[in-house]
Amino acid sequence: MRRSPFSALAALALLATVAFLLVPVVAVFADVGPGRLLEALGEESAREALRLSLWTTLLAVVIVVAVGTPAAYLLARYEGLPGRSLILTAIELPLVMPPAVAGVALLAAFGPQGIFGPLLDSAGVELVFETAGVVVALVFVAAPFYLSQGVAAFAALDGRQLEAARTLGAGPFRTFATVALPGAREGLASGLALAWGRALGEFGATLLFAGSLQGVTQTTPLAIFAEFSRPGGFTAALALSAVLIVVSGALLLGVKLLVGERGPARGRPWTS
Amino acid sequence: MRRVLLILAAAVLAGSLLAGCGSDGEEPPLTVLGASSLETALSEYDRSAGAAVRASFAGSDQLAAQIRRGAPADVFASADTEYPAELYRAGLVEKPVVFAANELVLAVPPGSPVASLADLARPGTKLVVGAPSVPVGRYTRALLARLPRGERRAIERNIRSEEPEVGSVVAKLEQGAADAGFLYVTDAEAAGDGLATVRTPARLQPTIAYAAAVVSHSDVRAAAHRYLDGLLHGQGAGALRRSGFLPPP
Repeated sequence: MRRSPFSALAALALLATVAFLLVPVVAVFADVGPGRLLEALGEESAREALRLSLWTTLLAVVIVVAVGTPAAYLLARYEGLPGRSLILTAIELPLVMPPAVAGVALLAAFGPQGIFGPLLDSAGVELVFETAGVVVALVFVAAPFYLSQGVAAFAALDGRQLEAARTLGAGPFRTFATVALPGAREGLASGLALAWGRALGEFGATLLFAGSLQGVTQTTPLAIFAEFSRPGGFTAALALSAVLIVVSGALLLGVKLLVGERGPARGRPWTS
Repeated sequence: MRRVLLILAAAVLAGSLLAGCGSDGEEPPLTVLGASSLETALSEYDRSAGAAVRASFAGSDQLAAQIRRGAPADVFASADTEYPAELYRAGLVEKPVVFAANELVLAVPPGSPVASLADLARPGTKLVVGAPSVPVGRYTRALLARLPRGERRAIERNIRSEEPEVGSVVAKLEQGAADAGFLYVTDAEAAGDGLATVRTPARLQPTIAYAAAVVSHSDVRAAAHRYLDGLLHGQGAGALRRSGFLPPP
């Protein structure tokens, strides 16, 4: 790109973007300090919230990947699927749905007075005020992130490779497992990271649908909110936030390293 | 292109002039941070007050936390006296005044198995309460603390959720998600037929006083003081009584 007023303007815009996005993140760490961070982590309520967050999000992500991967494959590769574009839009709806709306919607569907409330009740399944309800909320808000990335990744596969596998005698499952999955792994992994990150940060749907009780439904974002409201709790809220930032950041980085995603290096910006 | 820019500039100029005329002599809006339980009463008062009021309702603990972090506000109306007193000691608000009183009740949705306080101790009963930092949660714990130890423990074991504000306790009950919840009599009355109330014995009742204060760094302190006066004697006091609040103790 030639040096022009536009390049300077774009560089300024990039600088402003990075600064604006990073300043609050840096402020969390600047405000807490490493000593305080460890101190806050020693508190049982904080540890319990982090533990709960870790395993509920893990479970949610496992469910999303196990069910979402074949679903995304089918959606991406079978264009003759009836109502395909409708389904594609529908599964992305929770992506743009405000968390509070998600919570109300989950109550309307699976709450005690919801459509499936009596059915769940007679089956002995309890979701509201239960850890299981947290997982349901997490799956609902996180799944679209994985699905949309997965559909895009599978759709970008070279159809001829899949065709070749099948003409060489591989069944549909073997084609999926040995050709499609490895080919789509970068997209799937970034979808996983996004879904996991969204699940870790989930707040509104959890609070509305599952409630908030230490050790049962109070995940880290809910604990941060509770600490913020407690007099003198702002530092504890900052410390928990710092942990969540580190964990989410490590998650994103780890997945990127694992699949060897080279990110923006493929394009080569700023060279003439 | 140049002509478009010229027209745009003229439009912006005209717009700002018009806006300037409009706001001439008008006071900036009053920002009121009110406890969740005050929403109905204060909204009615704000409409009748005539002056522009921007109201924000949340748990008193969250509002106090916002003021501690320097949120721009003019009036803080809390569901207790502790938070305004704490902010007053910190120099963040002016001397608080008690403007209303309330009462804690046990509320149950239709079809609930809970008919008395004693039912709360039965294993399996689902109880929702306010979080310990929000006034309604603190009052609930004060009430429970006056019960015999064994009964209190049994009830505490049935707490299924600690909600951040009284409004979400009401919502959980109206959804039929819980069998019972502790909330203010004003909230129970506002819920109408959706909730029945189980009165608690007077000897268990904690003192529930609402205090309000003008925020120290307010730019419109005169208007803020008038708002506070209205809560004590004027239309605000009327709106509070109509919502079921008691006069200050």
